[in-house]
Amino acid sequence: MLINPKKPWDDIPSSEITPEDVYLNRREFLGAAVGAAGLATIRPEAVAAAIRRRAGLQDPEVPAIVSMGEELRDDATEWRHVTGHNNFYEFGTDKRDPARNAGSFQPAPWSVRIEGECENPGDYALEDLIRPGEVEDRIYRFRCVETWSMVVPWRGVPLRNVISRAAPTNNARYVRFETVFRPEEMPGQNAPILPWPYVEGLRLDEATNLLAMLVTGVYGRDLPNQNGAPLRLIVPWKYGFKSIKSIVKISFVEEMPLNTWQEMQPNEYGFFANVNPEVDHPRWSQAREKPLPSPFRSRDTELFNGYAEQVGHMYAGMDLARWY
Amino acid sequence: MNAKRQLLLVRLVAWAGAAAPLLWMIYRIFLGEGLGADPTAELTHWSGFTATTLLVVGLAITPVRRITGWNSIQKVRRMIGLWAFFYATIHVAVYAALDQALALDFILEDVLTRPFTLVGAAAFLLLIPLAVTSTRGWIRRLGKNWVRLHWLVYPAAVLAVLHYELGQKTDFTRAPVTMAVVLAALLGARVWLAMRKRAAASARGTRARPSEG
Repeated sequence: MLINPKKPWDDIPSSEITPEDVYLNRREFLGAAVGAAGLATIRPEAVAAAIRRRAGLQDPEVPAIVSMGEELRDDATEWRHVTGHNNFYEFGTDKRDPARNAGSFQPAPWSVRIEGECENPGDYALEDLIRPGEVEDRIYRFRCVETWSMVVPWRGVPLRNVISRAAPTNNARYVRFETVFRPEEMPGQNAPILPWPYVEGLRLDEATNLLAMLVTGVYGRDLPNQNGAPLRLIVPWKYGFKSIKSIVKISFVEEMPLNTWQEMQPNEYGFFANVNPEVDHPRWSQAREKPLPSPFRSRDTELFNGYAEQVGHMYAGMDLARWY
Repeated sequence: MNAKRQLLLVRLVAWAGAAAPLLWMIYRIFLGEGLGADPTAELTHWSGFTATTLLVVGLAITPVRRITGWNSIQKVRRMIGLWAFFYATIHVAVYAALDQALALDFILEDVLTRPFTLVGAAAFLLLIPLAVTSTRGWIRRLGKNWVRLHWLVYPAAVLAVLHYELGQKTDFTRAPVTMAVVLAALLGARVWLAMRKRAAASARGTRARPSEG
């Protein structure tokens, strides 16, 4: 008689075996599902949170090691606010529109055109532009021109690294950035709310400042679409609108580029847009800011958003009220 | 339907319509998803928009009554005006207590140096005497002057809509434009009705009665 050492259950691949903790928690899981169904009629967010917890999808933590801004760690704005409150008119003008409407945006594959006054122009795949070995996490203050502010752990590379590889020529005095134009994926671009595509610019010395970052992630994760996936600028000493999102073009130019908001309302928004408590917006004071989710605009705004030491020298002798 | 029941129905609909934004906000805060990252901005826009809309709706009542002959709607005009004042008060309270964190120096600077805030503040100040004198006692006491005083609701509405327009960053295409167009149409309708009345009166050789405001 042949003895078959193979047991029937040996045919079950290990991947199909219910993990022990899930098995042990099956009643709890059912209970949560029933509870969620009951709650669903009144409080969708509570249900979403319960489901995320069940699925082990916790909101991410600030990365354990950051190369800048360690002192801001405890002030980091919660993930749900960083990814739920966005000014990204390509997806709608309400702060919650981007999180709602950015779902069908395709951030991959992605390529960036580098052009103009530089020695290495061309179309670069995102993977070739952002070298993994250069990626770091930094916690920065983020100050919107509308007076709200956040503290955000960004992930990315210093912009100067990418610029030095592009090798700008002596004629290059400014860097011009352009957002992707895809009205079929970005519903806001179907309305003439802004002259599309969105354009921003930096003076070359600003762009090569150590603080300027090309960002690919937040909270140690890839950028969500509503935050400007897959590649955005972060210049933390300037108002948020300078930090252009979903970049497809970087041009080295001789003349100061006309950025979108300056084109829209030149008396309200300028080229430099440096955070400055002394220079008010025509419709509101910039002296104080509202660190979200606080309801109070009670924090004193800092010159250059608190980065005067690193960036102040670039504006020495400049009339900041004139060059707002 | 007799007149009494019709009036009751109109009152009920107007009351429900004016209270709905408040109930919706209470639901959002306590049962819904909350107000997100910037509750102050949410409350500010919600209360300001509702107040301005109700002011415009209140102004629409007289022309609509004249044109349709639904006289019963005239009876809810004062109530709608009071609801508009209620939302405007929330708007101002949120601005002062939350957005400005009760810093009086900043509030004064804001009101005195920026047209956007100044226009909004002026609209609210004009509404205060109207709300105070909205009781039956004041109507009796002021007599004909009550109508004259409450004519102030026109400049108040114009200033409120102007404040709304000035607050726009870029979206000049939808709600703000609609609001301005509706207000302009209502003012136009009032002027037209007044002219027609005057013409009819002079044709009859009598002086026109003072407008009901």
